[in-house]
Amino acid sequence: MSTTQDIEIRDTAAKMAAADELTDVQGEKMVLNMGPSHPATHGVLRLRLEMDGEIITKAEPDVGYLHRGDEKIAENMTYNQFLPYTDRLDYLAPLANNVHYVLAVEKLLGITDDLPERCQYIRTICCELARISAHLLGLGAFAMDTGAFTVFLHTFTEREKVYNLIEALTGARFTTSYTRVGGLSRDLPEGWLDELSNFLDEVEINFDETETLLTRNPIFLGRTQDVGIITREEAIDFGLSGPNLRGSGVEHDVRKAQPYMIYDRFDFDVPVGTTGDCYDRYAIRILEMRESVKILRQCIADIPGGPINVDDGKIVLPPKEKVMTNMEELIHQFMLVTQGQDAPVGEIYFGAENPKGELGFYIHSLGGGTPHRLKIRAPSFVNLSILSQLLPGHMIADVVAILGSLDFVMGECDR
Amino acid sequence: MTSAAEFAQQLKDEFGELISEPTEFRGEITVNIADASRITEVCEFAKHELDFDYLIDISTLDHYGEDPRFSVVYELSSISHRQHLRLKTQVTEEHGEVPTITGVWRTADWHEREAYDMMGIKFVGHPNLTRILMWEGYPHFPLRKDFPLEGKPTEVPDVAFTKTAPMEGGPFVTIASSENSTVREPRRRNPEDGK
Repeated sequence: MSTTQDIEIRDTAAKMAAADELTDVQGEKMVLNMGPSHPATHGVLRLRLEMDGEIITKAEPDVGYLHRGDEKIAENMTYNQFLPYTDRLDYLAPLANNVHYVLAVEKLLGITDDLPERCQYIRTICCELARISAHLLGLGAFAMDTGAFTVFLHTFTEREKVYNLIEALTGARFTTSYTRVGGLSRDLPEGWLDELSNFLDEVEINFDETETLLTRNPIFLGRTQDVGIITREEAIDFGLSGPNLRGSGVEHDVRKAQPYMIYDRFDFDVPVGTTGDCYDRYAIRILEMRESVKILRQCIADIPGGPINVDDGKIVLPPKEKVMTNMEELIHQFMLVTQGQDAPVGEIYFGAENPKGELGFYIHSLGGGTPHRLKIRAPSFVNLSILSQLLPGHMIADVVAILGSLDFVMGECDR
Repeated sequence: MTSAAEFAQQLKDEFGELISEPTEFRGEITVNIADASRITEVCEFAKHELDFDYLIDISTLDHYGEDPRFSVVYELSSISHRQHLRLKTQVTEEHGEVPTITGVWRTADWHEREAYDMMGIKFVGHPNLTRILMWEGYPHFPLRKDFPLEGKPTEVPDVAFTKTAPMEGGPFVTIASSENSTVREPRRRNPEDGK
């Protein structure tokens, strides 16, 4: 007997197909393995789908194909040494990971309030630039999965400009490792803010163009509207965060709820969806990028001069010329390199708004230069846990739209 | 607006001796729950009475060589009150069990599976307590402190195998001593060897 009656059929097309199926002779259910290497799974996610005809009756996501043991590695390193590993969490927004990781360590060290203004502004620029870059790719890939290939080329061109900016800023395009505990690895290059300003003007045109390709495109609407609806209650119950949570109508953005750095100074809005379908999640990302541009413009206007590192030899490496001439700086340099910052005994959780959602670090310290335990709360890991609840009742073709709209990165999911 | 400290006090008023005095560090409130088997009650109360509707994360700690050996750490958040609260409870190695809270927040499902996978803590009543990051049949719990960084060789026929990682002088913090660097490497460091 068919089990299609047992599950709630979620979308219109699936309902019609289900009605057909009931008059048909019921066959056996089929198990379909999707991934771990599938273009729509954006990495190495494996889905075990149990299907009745074209309708999914059961879905089991299988993660862990990219598990590298980052949390174990962190226990054997100083805080600064772990920084390059954070590049490889959400590898579409390494700058934001860098910033949020050092903010967590700084919270543990208790130096959050000592950070110079300029440092905080540059870090905010990094976070918002990373958000634009990550959403551009997320939207492009989402549109491509639903059949709109042009959008991908379009957003990718703009993303290239972000990478040029990042390369000028950090020396690397992907693996930025830009921040340090207590500051930054280097100051802004000369003329960089003007380049950023030009980029913002160009990228806003790109948003308009992307919207003309998608926002009222009937094919895109057909593929995304009323597909993959996550209710407000489900979204909170499953701990979703970022655009996926706000798409379901929950007004929760860590930048507003628990403002960190200098986010309370900026004028920006938090877009919130109404139905919680794939289309809402698309719309939220477009609007969020526009808000990021607003924040970046305010940063460019307000950024002060001054130092970029905290003035503490036990936190930040001293300048090289002083290391070579002064005893005290030499000792600081030696201690920082061999043993790292001496953290107090205690535990902290620091959560921040990454492009994919709330990226959190729980650090448990027994004192000394290495954490006793570092737990990474990866937004993609939590966002994917809803799949077994969300997918049943949808048609197989909707899976790619739903995966694209959830916009996850396996690097941070599997850690 | 009610602060996290006041919420913690309300928890204490409700459960009395079960809940420790709230501690504050860097502006965060932590309360300890003396009896791990009552964690579900406390979470139910925190969710329904105190409005902590959002479970951020579940982490685990291994205090190797101490008793009780493990801690389970729950990070709670209230979307409407914009507050954060941390609940902690202890688990001994022999007992090794905590009741599941998947009935309170469904997001706990994957967090508890991860905690089981990495630390080997069992969550009683969990609907599907299987490995999530490692593969089914993997014999060890990698985040325990007695699991060496270099790994342990394993083999599950037709599924997967692991070998120890090669010693190549990784960027890890070594132990200060007069021994050579191979011995001082953390990858070699294993509490079972008494080092």
